[in-house]
Amino acid sequence: MLVRYLSQIGRYFLMWKEIFRKPTKWKVMKGLLIKEIDDLIIGSLGIVAFISFFVGGVVAIQTALNLNNPLIPKTLIGFATRQSVLLEFAPTFISIVMAGKMGSFITSSIGTMRVTEQIDALEVMGVNAVNYLVFPKLMALLLYPFVIGIAMFLGMLGGWMAGVYGGFTSSDNFIAGLQSDFQPFHIAYAFIKTFLFALLLATIPSFHGFYMKGGALEVGKASTVAFVWTSVTIILVNYIITQLLLT
Amino acid sequence: MIEIKNLEKSFGENKVLKGISSVFETGKTNLIIGQSGSGKTVLLKTLLGIHEPSAGTIVFDGRDYSNLTRDERRALRTEIGMVFQGSALFDSMTVAENVAFPLKMFTKNSRSEIHDRVDFVLKRVNLIDAHHKLPSEISGGMQKRVAIARAIVNRPKYLFCDEPNSGLDPNTSTLIDNLIKEITEEYDITTVINTHDMNSVMEIGENILFLKNGVKAWQGNKDEMFVTENEAVVDFVYSSNLFKKVREAYLKDLK
Repeated sequence: MLVRYLSQIGRYFLMWKEIFRKPTKWKVMKGLLIKEIDDLIIGSLGIVAFISFFVGGVVAIQTALNLNNPLIPKTLIGFATRQSVLLEFAPTFISIVMAGKMGSFITSSIGTMRVTEQIDALEVMGVNAVNYLVFPKLMALLLYPFVIGIAMFLGMLGGWMAGVYGGFTSSDNFIAGLQSDFQPFHIAYAFIKTFLFALLLATIPSFHGFYMKGGALEVGKASTVAFVWTSVTIILVNYIITQLLLT
Repeated sequence: MIEIKNLEKSFGENKVLKGISSVFETGKTNLIIGQSGSGKTVLLKTLLGIHEPSAGTIVFDGRDYSNLTRDERRALRTEIGMVFQGSALFDSMTVAENVAFPLKMFTKNSRSEIHDRVDFVLKRVNLIDAHHKLPSEISGGMQKRVAIARAIVNRPKYLFCDEPNSGLDPNTSTLIDNLIKEITEEYDITTVINTHDMNSVMEIGENILFLKNGVKAWQGNKDEMFVTENEAVVDFVYSSNLFKKVREAYLKDLK
């Protein structure tokens, strides 16, 4: 069991080497890159916007409902919303959702290519199939921090709307809370981990799709396994980065 | 010409190919036949470089595959056209884009040159009307023809076909067989076909390699196949009553 896991991890890192070896012609890669940006980034904006807005609202409401002590200022609602959204909700929670949405799409599309011999066809032609399939996804996901930036903004906007229009706080109080005790390094921390999550989101599902064996049923299983491993890895990397950068 | 000498392939303890030697000649349709599990697909995949041989050599027109560097192997693969059992067309691309793919990847041809070449090969396989269709919008036989067009578009020296007739009706099968034979002669390429289909064997079998349990049991052409007394071949090829009667009629004619 352990040997199998270690061998899989080794194979995953060997895949990284293969991603950058013998690159596909730029003329072809350009088209692939645009398609991946459309599928992975643009295609995710709707769900990210929806979740961010409403979860931001819920965070503000939950915070407001737990403020029973009159000595605690109402600005805490804005402050708590900002900290939750900026530090954890947008980068980590959205990345786990994306491990399901983007990850299963990546694994099933590459896995289907494996099952229908399309990857064999690429390799027989002399194409570096790993570079052809994974590199454009990796490059497209370099735009992932923009998605998370939008999630941060919409999360705070949702918090403001829920707080103000729900009658929990005034707009001035909420905005004062958003601005209080702001540490610019928290933004850097959030984007550093977002960048690392983007690398994981592109490569772990690709790995599970590329090296899968079997038929249609195994494509489904590979998608589930990819989601589990991507989520586990995101959580672990999140913990390590937080230890390294914030303590 | 492709020459294999004492080719062996094992998966762990399981020895699938046991010292096969043969020559696949240029300008001829070379067929590999045998029962399921006889090692046909493993032999084809070993020839294609998908499996590394455990022992023995594969020589492509004087180039020993095992002595080639990784880049030389990739370069050799650009000289290979392959028709997969399930066609293996790229789902997200149209017929024309599928056919143009090897040209875009491996040549410096201009857009108009690629367009002209794609038109030419699609005309050659009688599919010019399917230009803008997706693989899911065309029939299995048409998909096979697109796969053949894609395989020959970059003027390969070697054409490999894995069960090109599987899942096709007899008419379409004959059409595909004849197309492969014509292309082989027209472009003077080395064609290797892995098949179960005895109609194909009788139709286009110019050089037939019969495998049994990973060993070369017999080799010859379709005419020699009618008269051979080789027990393994007779058991396999003439297991159906139809082919048994065809053989009897052929032998009666000879007498």
